[in-house]
Amino acid sequence: MTDHELIWRIAGGSGDGIASTSQNFAKALMRAGLHVFTHRHYPSRIRGGHTYTEVRVSADPVKSRGDGYNFLLSLGDSFARNPSEGAYYGNEEIKPLSENLDELVEGGVIVYDSGLLDTDEIENFDERVEENDWHVYDINLRSIAREHGREVMRNTAGVAVTCAIADIEPDVIKSLMSDAMPEKILEPNLEVFDDAYQQVKEDFDVDAPDISAPTGEHDEEQVLLSGSDAIAYGAIDEGCRFISGYPMTPWTEVFVIMSQNLPELGGISEQVEDEIAAAALAMGASHAGVKAMSGSSGGGFSLMSEPLGLAEITETPIVLVEAMRAGPSTGMPTKPEQSDMEHVLYTSQGDSHRVVFAPATAAEAYDQTRKAFKIAYEYQIPAIVLYDQKLGGELSNVPASVFDEEPNPDLGSVLTEAELADAPHDDSGKYQRFQHDTENGVSPRSLPGQKGGRYLATGNEHMPAGHISEDPDNRVAQMNRRMQKVESIRAELDEDGDFNTVYGPEDADYGLITFGSQQGTVEEAADVLNENGHSVKVLGVSELMPFPKTQVSEFLDSVDEALVVEMTASAQFRGLAQKELGGYGDKMSSLLKYNGNPFEPHDIVEGFETALLEGEELPDNRTKFVPKVGE
Amino acid sequence: MSAFSAIGEETEKDQNEFTPGLEPQPTWCPGCGDFGVLKALKGAAAELGLSPDEMMVATGIGCSGKLNSYFNSYGFHTIHGRSLPIARAAKLANPGLTVVAAGGDGDGYGIGGNHFMHTARENHDITYIVFNNEIFGLTKGQTSPTSPMGHKSKTQPHGSAKTPLRPLSLSLNAGASYVARTAAVNPNQAKDIIVEAIQHDGFSHVDFLTQCPTWNKDARQYVPYIDINDSDDYEFDKTSRSEASEMMFETENALHEGTVLTGRYYVDEDRPSYQQEKQRIGEMPEEPLAERYFDDSYEWERSYDKFLDKHK
Repeated sequence: MTDHELIWRIAGGSGDGIASTSQNFAKALMRAGLHVFTHRHYPSRIRGGHTYTEVRVSADPVKSRGDGYNFLLSLGDSFARNPSEGAYYGNEEIKPLSENLDELVEGGVIVYDSGLLDTDEIENFDERVEENDWHVYDINLRSIAREHGREVMRNTAGVAVTCAIADIEPDVIKSLMSDAMPEKILEPNLEVFDDAYQQVKEDFDVDAPDISAPTGEHDEEQVLLSGSDAIAYGAIDEGCRFISGYPMTPWTEVFVIMSQNLPELGGISEQVEDEIAAAALAMGASHAGVKAMSGSSGGGFSLMSEPLGLAEITETPIVLVEAMRAGPSTGMPTKPEQSDMEHVLYTSQGDSHRVVFAPATAAEAYDQTRKAFKIAYEYQIPAIVLYDQKLGGELSNVPASVFDEEPNPDLGSVLTEAELADAPHDDSGKYQRFQHDTENGVSPRSLPGQKGGRYLATGNEHMPAGHISEDPDNRVAQMNRRMQKVESIRAELDEDGDFNTVYGPEDADYGLITFGSQQGTVEEAADVLNENGHSVKVLGVSELMPFPKTQVSEFLDSVDEALVVEMTASAQFRGLAQKELGGYGDKMSSLLKYNGNPFEPHDIVEGFETALLEGEELPDNRTKFVPKVGE
Repeated sequence: MSAFSAIGEETEKDQNEFTPGLEPQPTWCPGCGDFGVLKALKGAAAELGLSPDEMMVATGIGCSGKLNSYFNSYGFHTIHGRSLPIARAAKLANPGLTVVAAGGDGDGYGIGGNHFMHTARENHDITYIVFNNEIFGLTKGQTSPTSPMGHKSKTQPHGSAKTPLRPLSLSLNAGASYVARTAAVNPNQAKDIIVEAIQHDGFSHVDFLTQCPTWNKDARQYVPYIDINDSDDYEFDKTSRSEASEMMFETENALHEGTVLTGRYYVDEDRPSYQQEKQRIGEMPEEPLAERYFDDSYEWERSYDKFLDKHK
């Protein structure tokens, strides 16, 4: 982190309002003209357990959570104190303080709720404070909250203390509270805020703040949203009015946003019995002429591999989103990983042909979801937006203008009844839905209910009108046509060239290659490496299938060596690049992280300098280095 | 003009409309009960005056799955057990369509059992015909969920230790609003029941007894049956859940032990279909969603105008 940043961590128990408080805090500072970025860490349980959210605040654009943090607001896990002293969770009450100290930077600030936490119970607390030059503020947030309202309002007290210490104008927060809170709870919350703010100003010497929040100004209006929001809005703007799903973390976020918004847009949301049904329903709706999507996370997507293949051979447009979390199997439900990549690329039987996007940011998630619908409906192929728990849940400010795009309800390659009247039919009167020779592999479709368009969609290999056939010539013609679509899509995406981006000096000696949500972090690491005197640039790949062969090979040709950074244990993305490019194994090393936390910039800086340049072992097991082929 | 002009179109009552002019010969074995389903469906569609273009028939995998290869409408030959989720979404997307789903006893009651239960529970306005021949036919004669206890096959060489599934009771209890059983050996009743099932506004489940002369010669489905609705011996109120349930219990035992009974077991005209329920709570548009994509005057809302304020 730089000297002029506030990275604020609010820690407590799951269910204590950490997420909503941090969201409001971030939004208030965004409104004040700053750039914000959040990072969520939460356990797979409803109440209690250690959770925190970081809000990084800077005058300049931010791309990641940053390294470490400098302001800890430790609320205490109230649930841990109930229902009785001897309860199982009773031992966890000190965690919000003790668990968070390792990453607090030197000179940082600690605010803790002395009504819930006692530093005497933490080993070597005073020594560590002295050693690290931390500034400690103990304040009874709990009693302030109780005095004016209810105990849960201690979050508000904590934010007020933050404002007093970090020199944030109280009105910035209070005006957001007025917008976000109903009248009934607003008043007591404002009282809590003022009381806590005053107590700090009176009891502590904060005229010269130890940590101060930056100030800034935006060129244009910003909005604060998550990758999940962006995906849902992309789908809506592209005319998607049908979603079917089954809840599973972290995909549920997209499903919930869509379900809450579709009815008022005249759309339909269906929560169904399982993920096989979910994907099949989306196909059924699409087959009948509606733009439809479904999605899931690892285990649920496993069930979708069956309808996915059916969508491919019947050429039914469908958009699926896959929110990755750590696997295999149930793995770590609330922790990010990128290891479903191969699963999504290759699942389902036979030679598969699908399109897979991997957005890096919220803005890109919006654009790529729209692109996924365009490609799916124009080329009659499943398109998948592959992202992860990190991108799905992190909030960042994005210019509102990114979303100022015209709606696009176009169904793509669908014929009207007038066009169907002139289209080729077979002797039985069935429309030749799956014609062999077409320019780009796409054979336009009809919709049930259209006059003169009837055909059979079947998961068996089929003749042009849909009749099941094992005729070898027809088989080859149909396979070739379906594969041709992928090549046409590759050409279209290459021409767009929007999504796979190079960052850093063009003539750099070294390359960092990554995909999806890690791109921002890798770019920040590259900045540090270049400041440290190295010569590094970054390629962020956001299209996985069809793979952007030209762009990746040109990048690799332009550098001496490349480090591939990904959140997998088996270097899946590097393997994909080698497979697609037919080589470069002797040019790419890997830096992997799969401990449940996303990369931080310093992980990459250390990995690059230690393992790649000096050939030394990494100092700890946070990340893993895998050398290039032959070493 | 509607983009789906075939919907609601009046046609001549001629079942040849539903027979393709050029078609591969059915691959079903001589004497197969599946021919009876095809004939009944064609007869019902013609009697209802439907246009082939306004019908969609979704099938699963197995001999039954080929139904829509020989029936001239829009068809979706899906994957094993998955005809129902595809069929019900198509109906939600365009309620103007007449949607029929079909599958075998393995397909519908085995691998697709979960979808069967939930489609019945939700009471989607579709007709589900299950070709029940108590055997897996296309995979060459394995024990199915409706095979009787003790049934011997290559995969159950010592005889099945499982009691057969009771499809009628299952769908009644899951929530289907029309439950009937018919048989390929009685084409007239079969056609009438399918006509009623298609007309019924809600989930219609037709358990269709189809003999398998190749793999299940022991099944009792060739024997004369009794239409319970015509017989004084089996008088009951088919709008009563409890009386229907009792009759089903008797029937489902009788299939393997006594007389084969067919007919309408349960008809609930009062329960709203799923579509009506969704419209009532404001989660489904009154006009067919699919039509909207062809309506040039419709104003599509976008996130920028509608949702972004709460993120500012």
